[in-house]
Amino acid sequence: MGAAKGKKETIKPAIEITDLTVAYHEKPVLWDVDFEAPQDCMLAIVGPNGAGKSTLIKSIMGLVKPAAGRVLVFGKTYRPESRLIGYVPQRGTVDWDFPTNVLDVVLMGRYGHLGWFKRPTDKDRRLALECLDKVGMTDFINRQISQLSGGQQQRVFLARAFIQDAPIYLMDEPFAGVDATTERSIITLLRELQDRGKTIICVHHDLQTLKEYFDHVLLLNVRALALGKVSDVLTQENLKRTYGGRTAFLAGMTEDEEPRG
Amino acid sequence: MIAFFSDYTVQIVLMGSIILGITAGSLGTFAVLRRQSLLGDAISHATLPGVCLAFMLVQTKNPLPLLIGAALAGWVGTLLIMLITDTTRIKRDSALGIVLSVFFGFGLVLLTIVQKMPTATKAGLDKFLFGNAATLLHSDVMMMLNFSVIIFAFVVMFWKEFKLIVFDADFARSLGINVRAFDILLTTLIVASIVIGLQTVGVVLMSAMLVAPAAAARQWTDRLGHMVLISALFGSISGVLGSVTSSVFLKLPTGPMIVIFLSIFVLISLAFAPNRGLVWDWLRFRKNRKLIQETSMLKNLMLFSEIHTDPFHPHDIAALTAIGRGAIDQTMNEIRQKGWARQFPDKKWALTPKGLEEAKRLTEEFEEQFDVDTSV
Amino acid sequence: MSTHQFEILLLASMTAVTCALPGVFLVLRRVALMSDAISHAILLGIVLAFFWTKNLASPLLIVGAAVMGIVTVALTELIIQTRKLKKDAAIGLVFPFLFSIGVILLNRFTGDIHLDADCVLFGEIAFAPFNRLVIDGVDLGPQSLWTTGAILVLNLVFITLFFKELKLATFDPGLAAALGFMPVALNYGLMSLVSITAVASFESVGSILVVALMIAPPAGAYLLTDRLHWMLAISAGLGIISAVGGYLMAYLLDASIAGSMATFAGIVFLFVFVFAPERGLLARFIVRRWTKWNFASDTLAVHLLNSEMAHAEDTERIVSHMNEHMLWDTQYTSEVIAQSIQDGLIRKTGDKLSLTPLGREKAKESISKK
Repeated sequence: MGAAKGKKETIKPAIEITDLTVAYHEKPVLWDVDFEAPQDCMLAIVGPNGAGKSTLIKSIMGLVKPAAGRVLVFGKTYRPESRLIGYVPQRGTVDWDFPTNVLDVVLMGRYGHLGWFKRPTDKDRRLALECLDKVGMTDFINRQISQLSGGQQQRVFLARAFIQDAPIYLMDEPFAGVDATTERSIITLLRELQDRGKTIICVHHDLQTLKEYFDHVLLLNVRALALGKVSDVLTQENLKRTYGGRTAFLAGMTEDEEPRG
Repeated sequence: MIAFFSDYTVQIVLMGSIILGITAGSLGTFAVLRRQSLLGDAISHATLPGVCLAFMLVQTKNPLPLLIGAALAGWVGTLLIMLITDTTRIKRDSALGIVLSVFFGFGLVLLTIVQKMPTATKAGLDKFLFGNAATLLHSDVMMMLNFSVIIFAFVVMFWKEFKLIVFDADFARSLGINVRAFDILLTTLIVASIVIGLQTVGVVLMSAMLVAPAAAARQWTDRLGHMVLISALFGSISGVLGSVTSSVFLKLPTGPMIVIFLSIFVLISLAFAPNRGLVWDWLRFRKNRKLIQETSMLKNLMLFSEIHTDPFHPHDIAALTAIGRGAIDQTMNEIRQKGWARQFPDKKWALTPKGLEEAKRLTEEFEEQFDVDTSV
Repeated sequence: MSTHQFEILLLASMTAVTCALPGVFLVLRRVALMSDAISHAILLGIVLAFFWTKNLASPLLIVGAAVMGIVTVALTELIIQTRKLKKDAAIGLVFPFLFSIGVILLNRFTGDIHLDADCVLFGEIAFAPFNRLVIDGVDLGPQSLWTTGAILVLNLVFITLFFKELKLATFDPGLAAALGFMPVALNYGLMSLVSITAVASFESVGSILVVALMIAPPAGAYLLTDRLHWMLAISAGLGIISAVGGYLMAYLLDASIAGSMATFAGIVFLFVFVFAPERGLLARFIVRRWTKWNFASDTLAVHLLNSEMAHAEDTERIVSHMNEHMLWDTQYTSEVIAQSIQDGLIRKTGDKLSLTPLGREKAKESISKK
């Protein structure tokens, strides 16, 4: 492990952000953020509502134009065509009553690989089935998506990201509104990906599970307040800086004090 | 009847309404799924000044310039709606309302001016209001055909892209798809499909031609491709029925007649479509309720028998009523018919061995489903 | 100006005000297009009531229209509640259906009476003065002036009586319901008002242009004020301007009065849209240019503050590297730096930038207010 770590330091970070400022109508959403995600880490972006978490993810993919600063993915400016990033948007951003089924949604992950006119081939279909098998949704391939539970919908979204077979995965609240069983199986899947050398970055809300699920964390509230190993960063002081005064609920979650109860 | 359909004019009318129905029906699918049903209404009203201005410029009844004028005006209207909603706090519905009514009003001003022009042969611009299928010419239909072929070429070419930007724009962006450009292209195609219907249905009701077939089609399928096909089918059937009735009977405007037939399709689809229809919902609701009543009765019987050493101990119905609800006699009879329970001459009820097994199975299933830890 | 012209002008202005008042609430409640739906659907109500009474002047026509307006709202709600269709599609289905039945009945069965499709769409305000209200041989002016006036009073009374409730139900329906203000009942009340208003205006301006008078003035007023009562007053004012301007335009062009009124309402809106202080296109453009510069120097200051706090290497602060860091082009970067130095936010020592106390203060302030 030690040797591997030594080697890793010479490798370019998966994502490197310097002095990133993003503003909507001249209102800053991200202020001079510096951020680095090492390769094959599992990193959580944590912060209060309106902290700019989703915006940060979108700026990594180049979907948001920054007012200043720079984003590098594996040392290069990112263009979506290079297909280095698999994206899992928030579940609430799509119309689940759209007339389509599970298999079809997963196949959408291949659209970037297909040119105009081209329809998904049998090979794409086979890949989709494999990915659905991974997330345990094989029995639902022909199910209309509105008939899925929240957890099942999230699994479909994950399968759609997996079929992209990207080295980096960006996920916007993958655990929001899913049942406990799904949450556990998602985390198992993400660990597998990490073992295969993928970098995983999730917007995460639950401080309780942070230590268990992730190895790195970025505390964000418009500015990047702390970044590093979860065990180093998750201190009462840092959380207070991130969440402001509302820290009563944070008690018992950090390293630097004894858990209560 | 055969003589009627072999009539040249009638054939033209039929052709026109079929082309219109297919095009508007297909593009309407995207409009409805993008929640832009009312954009169609605004665009179609906004085309009127374009038609009038084009006529004032070229002074002919040649439909091509008129329709190009219509398309341009519709497009300007759409851009204005975008501009108003993007740059001010005025919401979409108000922006649509303003463009719809102001453009139409301006169209009206131009219409009254045109009608007073000495060269005007009344221009037949009136038919753009409510549509008149009977006045369609061979050249009109050929032009509609050309328009719709172009529209369909785009839809086929960018099918995947359109599907993705409508369903999940953020994800589409992450794949490197230029969502803004495809958004504008799709809206332009919707404008074009509105324009080809103006002579037949008229500006006032053209939006229904987009919305209704798609809304009806959504009820019958869960696949986008099928929805487009079914919508095109509903659109063309309504188009034909509306055009024919308005051509046969005097004083029946085409547009409103088509809308009536479309509405009938919507009504039938909302009520009777399998799976999504309201009747279907109701039956499913009843079936579910019955099932819940039956299984809860069965479990209650098992619960009671656990008090006794004998699981098949008979119980008084009053005791079951005390914890159960609803149509108890009927439910008990259903359970008996399934062989899960039997009734003794003294009216008391007891589980059968088969019923006990079923009750146990249901309990297990329930625990599994809700992730109840039974090991404790 | 002849009496005839004066009467038309008066009627047009009154109609505009009558429409603008309920329109304010439609715009604020984001249901502006219900006015379109209702104004079309009421045709069926009018036609059915006419079949019943055989009298075009009967007040029952207004009742029929109002009922049909409510039916439209109820039908739309019903379809939405089935959850099979979204709201916009539901609206887009209901009113064309009702309107089509109205138009067909009108065409087939009403022969030569003074009610045809053109009149439905356009209204005939020019003929309004010919239909006079005469009681005991005394000419009291055009009848439509009296109907419109009555409905204007009705609107005023309703809005005054329920001002507080309407305001709350518009901005926070949940709280309104919790306080027992019955937002649903209020909504139907408002929609009845819209229906009745549409009927009265129907005769003068037709079903589609009613929408212009109901939506354009309130939308313009929405860009001019934040207070509800001012918005009502400004809407009424913009409505009158639209009516007078429209009439003048129609006179000059010898064109449809109703169409000109709608066009002028659009022109008035466009004017407000461009020139409104604060929210107009022009004002926003100017403010944006200013904030863009301001924001750029803020960004620079925050960057310097961060590198100070992190004790980062000096390259973070070197002028020639600044454009690389901020990913700005060289020209823009030097302009921003020059501006910031001039404003006393930063100073340049050799090739190195650093914050002045003032700049540090400002950067900290920007960060804390995020």
